[in-house]
Amino acid sequence: MSSEIATSIPERRERRRRRIAREQPRVLMVQLLGPLTMIAGMVWAVAQPYRIVFLDPGGKGLYDYLFQPPLLVVIVGLVYAVGVAPGLVEDLEAEEHDPAT
Amino acid sequence: MIPRPEIAHWLAAAVALLLGLILLSEIVVGTRVFRRRAWRAYLFPSLALGSGAFLLLITIFSTFSTMHLVAHALWAEAAMIAGGVQLAVVRGKLSSAHWSLVTAGALLVCGAAFLVHEPNPWLFSRSAFLHHVIGWMLVAAAAFPLGQALRPRWVLWPAGFALTWIVLALLLFADRDTAPIFGRFGGAG
Repeated sequence: MSSEIATSIPERRERRRRRIAREQPRVLMVQLLGPLTMIAGMVWAVAQPYRIVFLDPGGKGLYDYLFQPPLLVVIVGLVYAVGVAPGLVEDLEAEEHDPAT
Repeated sequence: MIPRPEIAHWLAAAVALLLGLILLSEIVVGTRVFRRRAWRAYLFPSLALGSGAFLLLITIFSTFSTMHLVAHALWAEAAMIAGGVQLAVVRGKLSSAHWSLVTAGALLVCGAAFLVHEPNPWLFSRSAFLHHVIGWMLVAAAAFPLGQALRPRWVLWPAGFALTWIVLALLLFADRDTAPIFGRFGGAG
């Protein structure tokens, strides 16, 4: 066995470990933005239940049922978590493996 | 079937919040990774251009006051000019960082239009209060693209710009057609 290869494996492993450690917080931050937004929307709904028309339906129209601010915040968080964050994490990992592309 | 102004503002707030989150994630992952997918790179410019066109449509319906009509038309033009320039920047047709000055100018014009078209003082109602707050916030936020034009590498500028959209969303979500500045009024909160 070549000593060159034997010594390069731990080095490569160490480099990879350091790279993952560097990327991990960024991945976590991207993944947390959506759920945190959804939690904010839910906290708002609890704090101001009269903003949720389903709970206080008196004299409200179609638009009031369709667009309720706390629910809009939850939907935005959901859209980000499902539609935006996975692609960003994927691209972050792809960049880590192959920075040239 | 035209929605009440507060509902239109909540919808705009939802779009602003999503845009703010996406711009914030650009700072987290870096512009290089962010622009790996074309739709993300073109999102802000095309949204600015599209919202400008949509604001022109609103201008047509905002005929109840000349000031509202002029303000909406000004926002529409500023958004479309800034969006068009940013599209050219992302496409690579324009390369100088100084093109951010156009965005700064657009924010300044939008902020000034907010302040000028509100006839009531700060504490008159929630709507008046929010018009003043949003107006001054946009005027102050013009500093972020201005900074980006002068010191393009500072992360403070894009971060401030992204947070501006999130704060704008919070303020728009707080909007009510009829309400006192704080608290609940006649069932509206």
